[in-house]
Amino acid sequence: MNFLISGAHISPIYLMGVGFIVGLLGGFFGVGGSFLAGPALYAVGVPMNFVVGTDLAHIVGKSIVAARKHRALGNIDLKLGFIMVIGTIAGVEAGAQVIQWLKRTAHIDFAVGITFIVVLLAISGFMTWESIKTIRLHGHGKSPTKSRRGEHPSKRDPSAAAHIARFIHRIGVPPYISLPVSGIERISLWAILFVAFIGGFFSGFLGGGAGYIRMPCLIYLLGIPTHIAVGTDLFEIIISAGYGTITHALKGNVDILIALVMHTGAAIGAQIGATLTQFFGGPRIRLAFIPLPIIGIIIIIHGLLAAHPAK
Amino acid sequence: MNRDVKGSLKSFLVELLVYSALVVGYFFLILHFLADWIAQLYQGDRRIYAFVALALIVGQGIALELLTSALFALIKPRMDER
Repeated sequence: MNFLISGAHISPIYLMGVGFIVGLLGGFFGVGGSFLAGPALYAVGVPMNFVVGTDLAHIVGKSIVAARKHRALGNIDLKLGFIMVIGTIAGVEAGAQVIQWLKRTAHIDFAVGITFIVVLLAISGFMTWESIKTIRLHGHGKSPTKSRRGEHPSKRDPSAAAHIARFIHRIGVPPYISLPVSGIERISLWAILFVAFIGGFFSGFLGGGAGYIRMPCLIYLLGIPTHIAVGTDLFEIIISAGYGTITHALKGNVDILIALVMHTGAAIGAQIGATLTQFFGGPRIRLAFIPLPIIGIIIIIHGLLAAHPAK
Repeated sequence: MNRDVKGSLKSFLVELLVYSALVVGYFFLILHFLADWIAQLYQGDRRIYAFVALALIVGQGIALELLTSALFALIKPRMDER
């Protein structure tokens, strides 16, 4: 099938298949899935500028389907999501500015790339240790998300690293807010904005949604229960990817027909992924999440070998 | 596999089938009726194209999810009666 805007010739079945896999990951883990969709589009001849913009557009549609499903399951903290959008957009702009600065500086991208690899390896290693330890201690790997009447879901999402979030909650920098949906009585607004900024920065620097950074930050730094972290991240992605879609479309980087066709597969995958979270406890979802930062590492290594930042 | 999980999976499979049918129908609508118009819009006015593109993907996301949820709500009570 010919896509007139980007000039690409791609099988719609291929696009639906890629969309399905990315949708499945997005619905289950709350990530955008650009690390997979980007190379998959590029491999069939979509020009790189269209890859970035079109992928963002498809992420919007997929995240709407998954987020609505998560909302029905009570997995979205709207207050947290709206606050995070501010930090994310600032982070995306900062990441994009750093990219522009690095383009003028020799070798510094290699040093930054290595730093990111170390950070992502640390996330994978830490999540492996924490998930396995939590499953051993609490045996919560198979528990569904449904909580008993009157019991907050966070009470049924134990973590061996909960002390980190408790430390963050005690940070004494006003203003403070409460997040009743996530079971957090008091937290500094700056802590939330900082975590959102970090996710946005990686997104602007590496491209895509950088969910492999934001998800662990939400769970371990802010202490958001895993299922709510997945749903809230998806909600936040709708707004930040929507912003990205508009800016890229204005620059002529979006082939919306490719995104619409991809979304037909992604919508099914996102439904399955979101529904599947009901059958897994938080620790087991976190354990299954571990390959994603490793895929992030592969993207960075590819970018370094290609002698430009992975974007 | 306990009865609850089995029932949920059964309902979900029915939902998935309905969803697939809707998605395929919408897919052909896009291909046949929107392709040329969108390409002309892209060439003619980039600002309108940008907002139409976002509206299309948002609309598709909401429409597909709403339709499926409505159909699922019709199917589920009947399955629960069994």
